[in-house]
Amino acid sequence: MGTLDPSGTVALNKASVQKSDDAAGFYALGDKLVDDKAPTGPIKDRWTNRKFENRLVNPANRRKLSVIIVGTGLAGASAGATLGEAGYHVKTFFYQDSPRRAHSIAAQGGINAAKNYMEDGDSTFRLFYDTVKGGDYRSRESNVYRLAEVSANIIDQCVAQGVPFARDYGGLLDNRSFGGVQVSRTFYARGQTGQQLLIGAYQALERQVAAGTVEAYSRHEMLELIVADGRARGIVARDMVTGEIETHLADVVVLASGGYGNVFFLSTNAMGCNVTATWRAHRKGAYMANPCYTQIHPTCIPVSGDHQSKLTLMSESLRNDGRIWVPKDRADRDKDPRQIPEEDRDYYLERIYPAFGNLVPRDIASRAAKYQCDDGKGVGPGGLGVYLDFADAIARLGRDAVEAKYGNLFDMYQRITGENPYEVPMRIYPAVHYVMGGLWVDYDLQSNVPGLFVTGEANFSDHGANRLGASALMQGLADGYFVLPNTIREYLADGPFDKLDEAHPAVAEARANVEDRLGRLLAIGGERSADSYHKELGHIMWEYCGMERTKEGLTLAIEKIRALKQDFWSNLRVLGTADSLNQSLEKAGRVADFMELGELMCIDALNRRESCGGHFRAESQTEDGEALRHDDEFAYVAAWEFGGGADGEPMGTPVLHKEDLIYTAIEMKQRSYK
Amino acid sequence: MATTTLVKGARGSRSTVALKLLMAGSGLIFIGFVLMHMYGNLKMFAGHDAFNTYAEHLRTFGEPMLPRTGLLWVLRIVLIVSLLLHAYSAFILWGRANGARSQRYAVKKNLASSLSSRMMRWGGVTLLLFIIWHLLNFTIGKINVAGGATNDPYNLVVDSFGTWWLTIIYLVAMVALGMHLHHGTWSAMQTLGFTGTEAARRRAKTAGWLVALVVAGGFSLVPLAVLFSLITK
Amino acid sequence: MKLTLKIWRQPDSAAKGAMHTYQLNDVSPDMSFLEMLDVLNEDLNAKGEEPIAFDSDCREGICGMCGLMINGQAHGPEVTTTCQLHMRSFKDGDVITIEPWRADAFPVLKDLCVDRGAFDRIIQQGGFISANTGSAPEANNLPVNKADADRAFNVATCIGCGACVAACPNGSASLFMAAKITHLGLLPQGQPERETRVVNMVAQHDHEGFGGCTNIGECAAACPKEIPLDVISQLNKDLRTAIKRGH
Repeated sequence: MGTLDPSGTVALNKASVQKSDDAAGFYALGDKLVDDKAPTGPIKDRWTNRKFENRLVNPANRRKLSVIIVGTGLAGASAGATLGEAGYHVKTFFYQDSPRRAHSIAAQGGINAAKNYMEDGDSTFRLFYDTVKGGDYRSRESNVYRLAEVSANIIDQCVAQGVPFARDYGGLLDNRSFGGVQVSRTFYARGQTGQQLLIGAYQALERQVAAGTVEAYSRHEMLELIVADGRARGIVARDMVTGEIETHLADVVVLASGGYGNVFFLSTNAMGCNVTATWRAHRKGAYMANPCYTQIHPTCIPVSGDHQSKLTLMSESLRNDGRIWVPKDRADRDKDPRQIPEEDRDYYLERIYPAFGNLVPRDIASRAAKYQCDDGKGVGPGGLGVYLDFADAIARLGRDAVEAKYGNLFDMYQRITGENPYEVPMRIYPAVHYVMGGLWVDYDLQSNVPGLFVTGEANFSDHGANRLGASALMQGLADGYFVLPNTIREYLADGPFDKLDEAHPAVAEARANVEDRLGRLLAIGGERSADSYHKELGHIMWEYCGMERTKEGLTLAIEKIRALKQDFWSNLRVLGTADSLNQSLEKAGRVADFMELGELMCIDALNRRESCGGHFRAESQTEDGEALRHDDEFAYVAAWEFGGGADGEPMGTPVLHKEDLIYTAIEMKQRSYK
Repeated sequence: MATTTLVKGARGSRSTVALKLLMAGSGLIFIGFVLMHMYGNLKMFAGHDAFNTYAEHLRTFGEPMLPRTGLLWVLRIVLIVSLLLHAYSAFILWGRANGARSQRYAVKKNLASSLSSRMMRWGGVTLLLFIIWHLLNFTIGKINVAGGATNDPYNLVVDSFGTWWLTIIYLVAMVALGMHLHHGTWSAMQTLGFTGTEAARRRAKTAGWLVALVVAGGFSLVPLAVLFSLITK
Repeated sequence: MKLTLKIWRQPDSAAKGAMHTYQLNDVSPDMSFLEMLDVLNEDLNAKGEEPIAFDSDCREGICGMCGLMINGQAHGPEVTTTCQLHMRSFKDGDVITIEPWRADAFPVLKDLCVDRGAFDRIIQQGGFISANTGSAPEANNLPVNKADADRAFNVATCIGCGACVAACPNGSASLFMAAKITHLGLLPQGQPERETRVVNMVAQHDHEGFGGCTNIGECAAACPKEIPLDVISQLNKDLRTAIKRGH
């Protein structure tokens, strides 16, 4: 690292030139995309300089400036609280009954911060380095460096709010190592870090509600973005209790609406997580970046039957002591695993990756499990599971020690499966967990639509093609507490913008569009529920756009999704009315958007003929079957422009804008775990 | 009764918790009182003269500093005020609780609450009625159901508990009192904030049992002894 | 498994509700309780009957969105959330009564969905530590005794589901409120606002129409996160101190 040019002006790689064109016919190539807000200069000064360069807003003017925030997870709640404290007039929207329910709450592991409390060689640069490397060199270096830089402030802020992080006996904060990194930089609150951080942000937000700077709209779903005179100026939202369609206008709109992992139907996301807010913005012109980048987590509880509605993650730490295996002989699949002798078991990770064994990265562990199951060796219902066996650990450490370490996870497993993991090996299977893709934003977190900012999992910016463990919480809070409040002021310094009223054609059009769409969904009067379409879409996505992708599979998936979408719009059944609490109607709208997103994800995956981060393209592997990245062809952000098409009609051809990824502070390297 | 407004200018003394504090405080006074009262009753076992001397001494206590029955009246006033506060708080909180769930459950199970705790309100009303009868019986009206003399406390007691149905009323009342104290003692500790740890909570619960058994048991000894002729005129 | 379900249906807050009976014939013991309701809703939709509205989100027991009164027990027969309850806790042929949380402070919105906005308003009245973004000192400047930090965490695990209110015969939200007061009161950062916090939160609690606590313990028994009753003692103590100091 010492050889790098500290001025930050010397590029270490050349812009990539794509040679393959697998998605030919499915897309149009647009102009290159350049982040005109990208900072320059030495990487460690970029954020400091930007904070200074961005204009300030006079405190007296702030209350005249209104901000809409959609979503109240870590990114949304922290932004709402901070902007409220600053004196802006904030409106927050969330589909749950309280901001505290957002799915950030479910994050278990922890939050990274470059505090170097353990004096183990950590630093801002090392966190930056690990994050870029973990993302397989598909993220922007300036953004990631900034993330690492503000990470330490997050911990200070959360502690001041009363977040009860784990502490050691001296009363100081404890850290652990997480996700295979070699330093201990993860702050945690037992297995409920996300919950504690979200409640901290939620409380800060509620404090602003009481202070009158924030208005909270619970059980409200954003159904349309209002873009007037080239600027994002508001949203159309539905009050999910009364069904009333409301227009809310503001000077700026922030989407902090989370990720779209539920496009796979089964994922570790909450039931309500959806793409609607970001997809409606995409339809209004915002680019969707790297939509195919999804993270698949290897240690989830397998599906137990057709009725399954969601998947539950178990902490990856289980792989520290559990041994993963399948029967060598397919005939042993349905045997009681305790009856299968040692010599008939295949501890396939230990066999293939002797150096890392069961601790290989998430994507490798996930893919290896899939191969075993594809090979007919999977165990449990439907043959979709592999054993995670603690018999050795119990023999070696004793049952009490295992219980002390993993007791709560074992209890959770037992509650869900009805099996006792102390007696019978656990069964695990990978599940969709997080999406790195999202709306394209510049360094200031602004999308290509002026006045539309995107934070947290909803944007694409910081994790590249794969996210490190304990980094999602970090990014959500970094964006909301520290980044957005410093970048949004540059935009708001030009405000307040011309007053809009309901009669403005852009407002009227957005509102009419929402009403029309809801009316159409209710009027189809077909046979099938929205849920059944969602399930079918999920099967297609998982099969063809999941852990391993091929050109043929993706092409077939696009065809299937298009047919499914056509059927959806002609055979859907939504009962009830639009002017009442109607969960089927909410679901139908979300599934309609997921279908369009699914198609774009497949096109993006088809185009990206490389194995990278969490994604394996079968056509791009080394001789021994490992992932092969193509920096020369694909070191770019794929930002997709909506190709047109009304709701329910086939989508027009999306336009691909490439933003080159050029590094000045880090050199690209190929991963190897053998 | 849901609202969307925020309270301004809140005062701690106007809260439901303040009402609970009143209940706890007055309840503790009652606990002290019934313990003393029970101790006095046990004097019955010491015989006619001892008991009557004790009853008379209650009236002359503090003389000549205090007038005759002076201390007794101080105690009575404290008890009456406590009773008013205790009952007032109870009825207000009872009303609130009813208002807090106007639509009842079709099915509702109790998991942790003791029978005593669920009987606090009706048990309290029972005790209130009992106290009125009890005062009529021994203090204000001095009713001798056996038709005997009322100016001899010892004999009045023996005559009263020699009547089987009156003994039953008293024993039922002592069950009610025991249950009220069983929950009330622990509840007062909890309300006053003395049970902030698991160990303290267990101790307070034990104290509840202890006070209940001692008081209800102690009080019941005299009627039972009369009934079984261990105490006679 | 075959089940008979008696479920509360109510079109909206203003309407009168009633129990409706449904039969479900093919329930797998591996289903979660909410997945069983999903299956019922699929059936209803196919029959042209409007599905039953119920809340759920994370379905892993942490968001606090779900909450049903199942056979008279908040979240049903296990100490967990409704979403983590599985059908293996029931037997073939069981009759299951399902009702919404019942409290006037939690009005029914539709069927089994209730409005728990009162909880947010209680938090708004001081369930926080005032620390503006950017004002925080270095985190390790303020050591916190490990025992206090651990206990603060334990009571901070409250998910705000409302089971305590649902189970309380008085419809009191004391456990919810006390968990927050205890969490923040155990930390040095929480001291400056400790007295105003308890006074304002309790006042809002009363204003919302929740009942008073009678220390009977149904709340703690129903709490899926096993928040202990001790926290209510702490709340009472804090309020007593606050009154003494003139709040």
